[in-house]
Amino acid sequence: MKLLIQNGRLIDPATKKDGVTDLLISNGKIQKIGGKIRAQEAEQVINAKGFVVSPGFIDLHTHLREPGHEYKETIRTGTEAAAAGGFTTVVCMANTEPVNDNDVITEYILKKAKEEGRVNVLPVGAISRGLKGESLADIGQMAVAGIVGVSDDGSAVMNSALMRKGMQYARGFGLLVISHAEDESLSGTSSINEGLVATELGLPGSPDAAEEIMVARDIALAELTGARLHITHMTTRGSLELVTAARKRGVAVTCDVAPHHFSLTDEAVRGYNTLAKMRPPLRSEQNVKALKEGFQKNLIQAIATDHAPHASFEKEVEFHLATNGLVGLETAFSLSLKLVEEKLVSLPELIHLLSTGPAGILGLQKKGTLKVGADADIVIFDPKASVTVDVNRFHSRSKNSPFHGWRLRGKIQKTIVAGKVVYEA
Amino acid sequence: MILKKDKSLKQKTPPQRGFFLPQKDLLGLKTLTREQILHILDRAKVFKESLKTGKKGDDLKGKRVINLFFEPSTRTRTSFEIAEKNLSAEILNIAPSASSLTKGESLKDMIENLGAMHPDLLVVRHAASGASPLIASYTQASVINGGDGSHEHPTQGLVDLFTVQENLGRIAGVNLLIVGDIAYSRVARSNIYGFTKMGAKVTVIGPATLLPPGLEKLGVKVSTQFHKHIPGADVIMLLRIQKERQQTLNFPSLAEYTRFFGLTRDLLPLIKKGTLIMHPGPINRGVEIDPEIADSKSADGPQTVILEQVANGVAVRMAVLSLWGNKK
Repeated sequence: MKLLIQNGRLIDPATKKDGVTDLLISNGKIQKIGGKIRAQEAEQVINAKGFVVSPGFIDLHTHLREPGHEYKETIRTGTEAAAAGGFTTVVCMANTEPVNDNDVITEYILKKAKEEGRVNVLPVGAISRGLKGESLADIGQMAVAGIVGVSDDGSAVMNSALMRKGMQYARGFGLLVISHAEDESLSGTSSINEGLVATELGLPGSPDAAEEIMVARDIALAELTGARLHITHMTTRGSLELVTAARKRGVAVTCDVAPHHFSLTDEAVRGYNTLAKMRPPLRSEQNVKALKEGFQKNLIQAIATDHAPHASFEKEVEFHLATNGLVGLETAFSLSLKLVEEKLVSLPELIHLLSTGPAGILGLQKKGTLKVGADADIVIFDPKASVTVDVNRFHSRSKNSPFHGWRLRGKIQKTIVAGKVVYEA
Repeated sequence: MILKKDKSLKQKTPPQRGFFLPQKDLLGLKTLTREQILHILDRAKVFKESLKTGKKGDDLKGKRVINLFFEPSTRTRTSFEIAEKNLSAEILNIAPSASSLTKGESLKDMIENLGAMHPDLLVVRHAASGASPLIASYTQASVINGGDGSHEHPTQGLVDLFTVQENLGRIAGVNLLIVGDIAYSRVARSNIYGFTKMGAKVTVIGPATLLPPGLEKLGVKVSTQFHKHIPGADVIMLLRIQKERQQTLNFPSLAEYTRFFGLTRDLLPLIKKGTLIMHPGPINRGVEIDPEIADSKSADGPQTVILEQVANGVAVRMAVLSLWGNKK
């Protein structure tokens, strides 16, 4: 099966290509790139005139909820949402039920993904058994089964000794360690930033320091153990400074920021808006500014969604009882494109943050690029088209988004995984 | 200018029904305008007079009021009930144990079920911040927030405004100290909004651990030095220390709290004559306030108006209930 994409503006940050050119896919791989390729060479032709053709997006941080919470999302619906958002690969977190802390669950997820998934699914295994922070999960067996990294995401590994052992052990299997950085003794049960809004609402807040202390600790442990560390959903100026300083002295640490953390501040929580309740919480204007400067200065390596689907009844409750998180796969690209509109990054730089960057963090050789021989995971989008966010049209099973009704730019036209069109606008 | 405004306040404009209240509910003082607050206080004054004659009103005749107290409360609940009875309302009391509602959808379900019985007013007390606005969003009835978590307690704030107005003849320009657990106090929040809106100078005082960030942006001064502010105070409002909160490491011991933030006898010389001593209750005698000061009625010292606050509660709640109960 051969697929030809014609006349698109091909942007590949990995090979620094940016120009109108054709691209031929054969057997799920990129076969040829060049000025004009004759239509006769392919069974299927896509005219991408006026659109951008780039490596498919890779989300380092998705919650697919299967197994265990299929009423929120399934591997099928979650990957459909991913495809609709231009993502061709998602990294799914371990806080399923049962927890992905052993190879049986890893194999189940991969089997389901193969049968029902629309995009590539790369599971992350737990660091600790049951995410309890008490003893190591079966990291080696999960590595054999196919995890790409370990994380207790959803909560932090509070015990420093256990985190150290987890990093040492994961390093032995070449696995990435993804840190949900939060000192829970400081944040308590809070899912709102410590500041004026929390004070007015009468809710206990979580300070920036709750995140920064753990970022500092995990960097120290990465230096101690030599593990590859990734700080996910980073939200504060202090964290960014810690990561940047560590990278300068050669520590193998990377970070990502979620679109909601650079699109919203804690003001969004006013009125006890549970759709804006998340961990880490939406931060202050100053932190949002710092994160945007971080993008501008090329200090952040990826954008990740932290796609966290929840049923409506889990949000239509008292604030302190509401679940944390928002669906993010279908709004991530348009929200991120605002960084380009605000001239903080160029379009190729943005594509890097969404594809080549995450591929590099995960150590994927065949993804995040459009070079010949790479996996034909491609997204075609119209950066100019305006879209209105409508949760009722989401492919995700859940609709918990604070962005409903927002008018944004950037429309995904087609998503292609291994040479097959999996989403068409 | 401020005084002039206060004088005009005293020219009795007869309260009228149908006074424009843009809000369906009374959820807090933050969202009320100065004019609305003045109107409520005026109306409360009329009710207070009528209570002296023992005459009951019929403002809520034929109206259904549900008192929904998820959190135990004696004084607020009794105060609302008496106010409702004084206005001839049909009353239903529900006290669901908050613990039986561990799943939030039950709260929504409960409110929607109650809504199906078409109440006119819901008076709500709940342990969770934001519970009252949440409930308000699921019912057509007007919700009166009887205190939700650490968010707001608007009728208590109105009672305190009324009590100060009545005793000092003004609110604008008054130096008010709010002392104690500001972080967790709904009374503090409602009073900060209410008093600053009415032109009072508000200073909030407490251990640094109980002063949440951002308070200055609400237009108040923030201090940890109680004694320094006492000489200039016209009103000292003490907040209840919830002893169980000690476990959250906010201060070392009750004795230490009392030494720095309690209104103890040795502070009496600092207090100017006529200064009002207020407390929303219930009082921890010997913790926030010396028992003798709490019970003092002496005319040559500070004026303890704690029981007046309670008495005024009924008139103020009658004003609120009659306004929101007849809101079209």
